[in-house]
Amino acid sequence: MLKNNTLIGWLMALPIMAVLVFFLVLPILMIVTVSFWQATEFSIIPAFNFENYAFLFGSEVTYRVFFNTFKYAFTTWIFTLCIGFTVAYFLAFHVRSLTWQIVLFLLCTIPFWTSNIIRMISWIPFLGRNGIANSTLTSWGVIDQPLDWLLFSDFAVILAFVHLYTLFMVVPIFNTMMRIDKSLIEAARDAGASGAQILWNVVIPLTKPGIMIGTIFVATLVMGDFITVRFMSGSQSANVGRLISNDIALLAYPSASATAVVLLLTVLIVIGIMLRFVDIRKEL
Amino acid sequence: MPKISRRNVLKGGAAFAAGTTLGAPMIWAQNIKDVTLRQFGTGVSNLNDVANKVKEDLGFTLEMTALDSDSVTQRAATQPNSFDIADIEYWIAKKVWPTGNLQAMDTSKIKNYDKIVGIFRSGKLTPESTIAQGTAPHTVGFTEGPDGKGFVDNESGWMTLIPTIYNADTLGIRPDLIGRPINNWSELLNPEFKGKASILDISSIGIMDMAMVVESMGEYKYPDKGNMTRDEIDLTIGIFTEAKRNGQFRAFWKSFDESVNLMASGEVVIQSMWSPAITAVKAKGIPAVFQPLEEGYRSWGGGIGLSAALTGLERDAAYEYINWYLDGWVGGYLMRQGYYSAVPETSKNYMSENEWGYWFEGKPATDVITSPTGDPLAQAGEMRDGGSFYDRMGAVAAWNSVMDENQYMVRKWNEFIAA
Repeated sequence: MLKNNTLIGWLMALPIMAVLVFFLVLPILMIVTVSFWQATEFSIIPAFNFENYAFLFGSEVTYRVFFNTFKYAFTTWIFTLCIGFTVAYFLAFHVRSLTWQIVLFLLCTIPFWTSNIIRMISWIPFLGRNGIANSTLTSWGVIDQPLDWLLFSDFAVILAFVHLYTLFMVVPIFNTMMRIDKSLIEAARDAGASGAQILWNVVIPLTKPGIMIGTIFVATLVMGDFITVRFMSGSQSANVGRLISNDIALLAYPSASATAVVLLLTVLIVIGIMLRFVDIRKEL
Repeated sequence: MPKISRRNVLKGGAAFAAGTTLGAPMIWAQNIKDVTLRQFGTGVSNLNDVANKVKEDLGFTLEMTALDSDSVTQRAATQPNSFDIADIEYWIAKKVWPTGNLQAMDTSKIKNYDKIVGIFRSGKLTPESTIAQGTAPHTVGFTEGPDGKGFVDNESGWMTLIPTIYNADTLGIRPDLIGRPINNWSELLNPEFKGKASILDISSIGIMDMAMVVESMGEYKYPDKGNMTRDEIDLTIGIFTEAKRNGQFRAFWKSFDESVNLMASGEVVIQSMWSPAITAVKAKGIPAVFQPLEEGYRSWGGGIGLSAALTGLERDAAYEYINWYLDGWVGGYLMRQGYYSAVPETSKNYMSENEWGYWFEGKPATDVITSPTGDPLAQAGEMRDGGSFYDRMGAVAAWNSVMDENQYMVRKWNEFIAA
């Protein structure tokens, strides 16, 4: 009987396993394999050597670009966390009726009805030298000269990231907040805790899994991005994603694969470290 | 078995009639409408209007795919079965031809071969011309025979690409925002335009623009801009990296549309640019000049190559297509966008006297000049930037190139972008 159960268990897991093996494991194995190959300008030669990795780790540009990638991920994380937490807190604790919570939550998702790229590109005319932001500030007399750093700068890149990815922070945090037992907060208040103390000692510890899931979303999305960096920096800044896309454009698949493998490992390590702090499975 | 119906017979008759008026062989009159040729290339000449006109004039179907220069090279080199006709640039041919994915073309089958301009045959525009640096089209335009894998330096009768389109590029400027004459390539790095300059992020073309600037600044005189040594590459990119760190550039552009937007929005007042992009800015009613410079132009040329896999009826159709291409309709269409046709004299039949005078002869327009889509580009009395065909193509300083140290250059270019 037990044996039969195990078999049924395996059979039930089979479809998802097949999907994961074909669409996740095999492609990654392929990338790892190709990363050891050699490429000339036009042909890719199966081989086993560390040339791609040697070049990658031997170049000062790689370190600068990885640093840039972390910088974008970290700054974006700070902003999306602050904004996302505040929005989720407002929705979960200040809006009392469930109907309004749902209405306001859906409101947050409206921007997602248009494509990512369009939402990103729409910043360009807004932030440009003669854009709406600059002309408004000039007409208010705040500035005399248009602010050049608004567009094609790290500021623009991070602004776009925050705009695109804050919702990925709001959703999981809101979700965990909704499941906090309201009586816990009442109990804390009865015990004489101030608002700040309740926030710090009750709400934040209980929303940690949501924060962590949001963090994983934002970190992986930002670290794997290339198009936002390309458009918002006017091609002037690079992150790892752009390094890979440049390599692919120049037919250097092995070198692109090597970079992808290093990026994958880096992201896995980052997520591994995060999971050390919070056990998502236990707290879900 | 094809169904014989009144309709098919009529269609066949129409194709036959078209075939005879064009002086084309009639063997394909019946089957030709079933032929589909797949053409891919950069956006400049992959135009749906051309495909429609081919269907109308020749009867067969041309499927067009437009890609950027890097993707075009990639596809021509790695996926020979994915295309029948490659519409590529000469520097791309230098990289792709040795792979054997293209076949040599017999010039005796090209009706207008004798009328093709000298640049693509002897390399000389006029007998007195000197040949510019870089990958000049004639150096990679001929191969030794039907199965040739190398290039030869004479008109061997076997062409790698049949030339179709070319132009002389220079810097584009916004005269209204600069307010003074611009005469040298070195102005691109002039601190006066700090944060308002741009260069294109396509390494093989960008490096040539850089070399024009470096030479104009008096920093270095290249023995051959089109084939730099590693030291020369380091020097060139070094100068630009420093300028980039000092905030000289507003942005880099990769696609045609980006260059138009940068210029039209006033983000950039001076940048590397292509002729039709200037046309597009002007069509929005914004002043832009394709500024002729003392040091000369950076030029490029494109042509049509046939896939090595193409045989039989399809190949005959491809030759018909090439002959039709050089027959003038496409040439006129391209010339109205500011490009040049490989056989300019046939294009003349498809352009008005005013258009021919403005675009080719550099004469003042006698009436409004419009783009192929109908937007006004110039008023009566205005002249084309840079003047006539011979003024412009005669002042070419360098051709787009592939260097021996290409891979090194590409790595350095990536570092420049990431710097």
